[in-house]
Amino acid sequence: MIFVIAARELRSLFLSPLAWTLLAVVQGLLAWIFLLLIDDFRNLQGRLIGLENAPGVTDLIAAPLFRVAAWCLLILTPLLTMRLFSEERRTRTFDLLLSAPIETSAIVLGKYLGILVFLLGTTILVALMPLSLAAGTSLDFGKLLAGLLGLDLLVASFAAVGLYMSTLTAQPAVAAVSTLGLLLFLCFTDFASIGRETADNLLGYLSPLRHYDALLSGLFDSADAAYYLLFSAAFLGLTIRRLDDGRLRD
Amino acid sequence: MAMVDDVLMRAERLTRRYGDIRAVDDVSFTLSKGQVLGFLGPNGAGKSTTMRMLAGVLAPDAGRITISGNDLLDQPRQAKRAIGYLPEQPPLYRELTVDEQLRYSAHLHGLGRAASRAAVEQVKERCGLTGVGKRLNGNLSKGYRQRVGIAQAILHEPPVIVLDEPTIGLDPIQLREMRKLIGGLGKNHGVILSTHLLAEVQATCSHVQIMRAGQLVYASALSELERCGQSTRLRIGLHAPPPVSSLARLPGVERVEELGDGRFRLHHAPGFAPHRAVVEQASAAGWDLWELVPEHVSLEQIFVELTLGGEKAE
Repeated sequence: MIFVIAARELRSLFLSPLAWTLLAVVQGLLAWIFLLLIDDFRNLQGRLIGLENAPGVTDLIAAPLFRVAAWCLLILTPLLTMRLFSEERRTRTFDLLLSAPIETSAIVLGKYLGILVFLLGTTILVALMPLSLAAGTSLDFGKLLAGLLGLDLLVASFAAVGLYMSTLTAQPAVAAVSTLGLLLFLCFTDFASIGRETADNLLGYLSPLRHYDALLSGLFDSADAAYYLLFSAAFLGLTIRRLDDGRLRD
Repeated sequence: MAMVDDVLMRAERLTRRYGDIRAVDDVSFTLSKGQVLGFLGPNGAGKSTTMRMLAGVLAPDAGRITISGNDLLDQPRQAKRAIGYLPEQPPLYRELTVDEQLRYSAHLHGLGRAASRAAVEQVKERCGLTGVGKRLNGNLSKGYRQRVGIAQAILHEPPVIVLDEPTIGLDPIQLREMRKLIGGLGKNHGVILSTHLLAEVQATCSHVQIMRAGQLVYASALSELERCGQSTRLRIGLHAPPPVSSLARLPGVERVEELGDGRFRLHHAPGFAPHRAVVEQASAAGWDLWELVPEHVSLEQIFVELTLGGEKAE
């Protein structure tokens, strides 16, 4: 049942120009950044040769690219997730799901899965760019994979926030703005906590961005992965609760 | 205990508040196989809220609903499998085609790939949608959208079908087809439909329940209604009317009302209409009869009495 809903979600996504536009914008922007990074690398190459333990292509191109990709997706994911529930509520199609013999959790997971598949595709397209360098140089595939995994975990957490926000309102735009606001807040707590007292640091620890950096540098810490999974699961749980509640209050 | 076995849906003391307003207040009823139950009431009487609760879209504040023996709140999946629901606005994804929409709905109700395909074909046939399978929901006219909505509600062959205002926005020909369809459904299923149109109930329903301000104020079988409302009045029109007293002397006439313009209303005991006497006397005495109509207590009278009577009281 989850897959039926996910498939419908994906189908509707690709039937609207929104998904295609998002893909094109992300890909276009990041391709431009990618070229800039390659240019920088060529300029630096001479000096790197003399260094001991010099950062390689993967560190200087793939990692920064993934970092920019994270910010792009931070802004664009809310636009994808905004319709998930708010649109169904607005057009009354939600009644179909509610009156069908499906559990609320299946509805939520189905929609989440649909969006995840789309986002996974997007990140793989991004990863193809540094991967293309493998034709001319040797890459650190471990780091590349860690970076891609990090990016996927990060956008998965963004999507979970967006999913929850779209249950709060019947207006997609309101859902998008509040998702963006919450995501930016969470990410800013990372910057705000740098060099501050422990209390701020705790808030900083909750920021999705902080756990991303470690993965970008190729360091896979199961605590970071667990953080993302818990973060997403928490918002999915909130979504399910909210929908079950809505049936009672509406 | 055949009666008990035939009960498809039982609603007990349903109540639902929106803030301080009791949208539905202590509503109980049962639906049996073969019944087409019409919920009649003015706008805002709580019909849609009741329908939404029956379909499991909205949880009641109090009371319980059992469908084919399963409690809608305790065993929602089993209970919901037995319902087909058409909300006020058909729940259609604009960007899907009719075929895709119906297939999706079939999957949601647990039909497998082959079974859905067969069910979709069959239901399209039944609802007159064979030509429009490839069209987008968003481009359909209101009448077609309504039909897709109904097709969606019946395609998994649920024992209970809940239709909220199913005939709204249909043209007279579609209306007639829809009534035929609903009548056909009533044979093998239990159907509940809501409407604010009296003609709708009279044309399609076997039972009627009238709602006012969230409460059920009248419930009866239509056949019973016809029996109670069996003509006890005969309206006649005469070009050359005799004095009222001679009409009152006709056998079976209990009381005569003068309506003006040569029209009279003759009250009589149920089942003893004096039409024969009227015709014989009229031709014998040259009253020049031009109208002879038995008057039924129509649903409309009951409806207006119940709904307006309430408004006056408030």
